[in-house]
Amino acid sequence: MGLRLEFQKRTEDHPKWLPAATSIGAVLLAFVISGFILKSVGADPLYIYSYFWTASFGSWGSISDVVVKATPLLLIGLGSALSFKMRLWNIGGEGQFYMGAFFASMVVLLPMVNLQTTPKIVVLGLMMVMGMVGGALFGFIPGVLRAKYNINEVITTLMLNYIAVYWNNYWIFGKYSDAGFQMTKMFPKVAWLPRLADYAKQYKFFSGITLHAGVIFGLITAVIVWIILNKSRWGYKITLIGDNPKAARYAGLDITKNIILVFMFSGALAGLAGMAEVSGVVHRLQERISTSYGFSGVIVAWLAKLNPVAVIIVSILFGALIVAGREIQPSGVSFLIQGITLFLVISSDVLLKYTLRIERTGKHSKSIEPEAALTEEAK
Amino acid sequence: MNLNVIVHAGISTGTILLIAAIGEILTERAGIKNLGVEGMMLLGAMAGFKIAHETGNVWLGLLGAIFAGGILSLLHGLVTISFQADQTVSGLSLTFLGTGLALVMGEGLTGLTTPVVPNYTVPILSQIPYLGEVLFTNHNLLTYFGYLLIPISWFFIFKTKPGLHIRAVGEKPAAADTLGVSVYRIRYLYTFIGGCFAGLAGAAISIAISPGWYSHLTTSGQGWIAIALVIFAQWNPTRAALGGYLFGMLRRLLLDLQGPAMLLGGRNPFFYNHNLVFFLQMMPYALTVLALLWGSSGARRKRLGAPAALGEPYVRGERGL
Repeated sequence: MGLRLEFQKRTEDHPKWLPAATSIGAVLLAFVISGFILKSVGADPLYIYSYFWTASFGSWGSISDVVVKATPLLLIGLGSALSFKMRLWNIGGEGQFYMGAFFASMVVLLPMVNLQTTPKIVVLGLMMVMGMVGGALFGFIPGVLRAKYNINEVITTLMLNYIAVYWNNYWIFGKYSDAGFQMTKMFPKVAWLPRLADYAKQYKFFSGITLHAGVIFGLITAVIVWIILNKSRWGYKITLIGDNPKAARYAGLDITKNIILVFMFSGALAGLAGMAEVSGVVHRLQERISTSYGFSGVIVAWLAKLNPVAVIIVSILFGALIVAGREIQPSGVSFLIQGITLFLVISSDVLLKYTLRIERTGKHSKSIEPEAALTEEAK
Repeated sequence: MNLNVIVHAGISTGTILLIAAIGEILTERAGIKNLGVEGMMLLGAMAGFKIAHETGNVWLGLLGAIFAGGILSLLHGLVTISFQADQTVSGLSLTFLGTGLALVMGEGLTGLTTPVVPNYTVPILSQIPYLGEVLFTNHNLLTYFGYLLIPISWFFIFKTKPGLHIRAVGEKPAAADTLGVSVYRIRYLYTFIGGCFAGLAGAAISIAISPGWYSHLTTSGQGWIAIALVIFAQWNPTRAALGGYLFGMLRRLLLDLQGPAMLLGGRNPFFYNHNLVFFLQMMPYALTVLALLWGSSGARRKRLGAPAALGEPYVRGERGL
C-alpha cells in the first residue's frame, strides 16, 4: 500500500466544534457498524432501524416514553459526568439507583408518615430526600474505600450493584411482597409524581401521556451541575483534582474529603433517579426497575464529553434506544450499539489531541481533515 | 454438606477465575489495565458454545473462544496503546461491546446442547489419600490445565527473559525502550494473550465446567471478580490461584448452606426462610470488596503494589514516569 498513518500532537487548541463533531460521527458510525454485525447474523438492520425510529419518535405517546426513559439516564449521566471530571469511575449508578428506589419506597412501606393525612408535597419531598440518601449511602461506601484505602472504585461500585439488587429482592420477595408476587403493593396516589396524563380531563391531548415530573428534576439538576462545574469553587477543585492530583495536593486541597463528597453527590443523583422511577413510573417497588440505566448513564456522560447540557441531548437519544430496544430481537442490539458508540467516542478523542496525517511512504504526503480522519481511523 | 464435595467443586469453579485472573495478570504486568474481562469472557463463552454446537467439536469451540477473546482485546490495545485513550473507559466499553456482541450472536442458543470438555481421573495420583479424591478425581481437563498454568505462569513471569521484559515494560517503559525492548509490541502481545485467557475462561464455563448458555447470566460478574482477584493477589499467579480456589469453595459452601433443614445442631434459617438466600447470594460480591480491603492493606504494609506504569500510556520521547 505504501500508506502510513502518523499522529502529530496538536500545537494549538482543537477547533471548538470538533468534540461535538466526533461524538455525532461516533454515533452515526456505531449504527453503520452495528448494521453490518446485524446483517452478518442474519437480521435486517434497515428494518430494525426504521422500527427503532417509529417505536421511539413515531407518536407523542412514544416520545413521552422516550423522555420517561431518558430521565434516569439524565440524572445518572449527570452524576457520572461529575465524578468522571475528577477521574473517579463511579460505575455504581445501577446500585445507587436501586438503593434510592428502596429508600424512597420505605416512606410508603414503613410508612414513615401518615399517608392519609400528610399533604402530597410533603410525602413526595420526603421520598426525594430518602432516595438521595439511599443513593448517597451507596456512593459513600466506594468513596471511603477509594479515598482512605485506595481501593479500585470500579470494582467496588460494580460489586455494590449486585448487592443492591439482592437487597431489594429480599424485601420485595419477602416482607413487602404483594401476595407472593415479586413486587410491593401499588403505592397510594399521594406518593405518585404528577403526570401529564393526570390532566387529561382538562386537556384531552394529555390522555395516555406518561411523562412525569421527574424530568423536571433532571433538567434542574443539569443546570445545577453545569453551575457547579463551570461557575463554582467546588467545580474548580474537582477539575483540578481530576487533571492534576499532585498539584491539587500541593495547593492544599483535601482530596480525601472531595472524593467522598463527589461520590455521594453522584450517588444521590442516581438515587433520585430511582425515586423518580418508583414514584413516577411503576408506582411500586419491584424487580428489574432498571434496564441497566446505571451503565447507559456512564456512556451518556462520556458521549456528552462530560458536558451537562450535552448530557440532556444524549440521554434522549439513549432513552430512544432503550424504548425501541425493549421489543426488538435479537435482544442485545441496544447494548451492542452502546458499546460500539463508546468505543468510537474514546478512540475519536485521539483527534482532539493529535492531528492525523496519512503519508505515502516515499513521495509526497498530505494531511487530511479531522472528519475524514474519523472515518479513516475506524476502518 | 460434605467438605470433600465443597473443596472438589471449589477447585472446579475456581479454575474459571484462575484462568481469567492469570490472563489479566500478564496484561497488567505489561502496564495495560484491561477492565473488559467480563465482556471478553462472555464473548468467549458464547463463541465456544456456538462453535461447539455447530461443529460438534468441543476443541474447535475452545479454540474459537480463545480467538474471540483475543480479537476483542486487540481493540482495547488499539485504543489504549496506539490512541492513548483512558484504559478504564476503554475497558468498560469493551465490556459493553463484548456483552452486546455475545447477546446478539448468541441469540437462540439458550437450551441447546453441545459436546463438552470431558472429565478425567488421573490414574496413580488419584490414589493418594484425600488429596487424590479432591484434586485428581473426576475433574474437568481444564482444571488440570489450571494446575499446570500456575507454576508455568509464575516461572514465566519471574524467571525467564520474556517475563523480565514484561515486568520492565510495566514498571519503567522508558527504561525498557532505551534497552531495545519494544514497549508497544510487548503491550499489544500481552493484551492479546490476556484476552485469549479471558476467552478461554468464558468457554471453561459454557462448554466445560458448568456447561450451557444463559445469555448474560453465563458469566454473572465473574470477570469483575477475576479483576478484583488480580489486585488481591498482588499480580502474582500463585496467589491468584489460591484466591480463585478459595472463592470457588466459598460459592459452593453458600449453595450448600441452603439445603439441609438442620445446621450446626440448630434450625437452618436459610431452609426455613427462603428469602434469606438473597443474603447468601450477596456474599461473593461483598466478600470481594472485603478481600480487596484486606489485600490492599497487606500490599501497603509490604510496599507491594501495582506495576508502576499500570494505566499510563507510553509515548516514545515524551517524559513519562
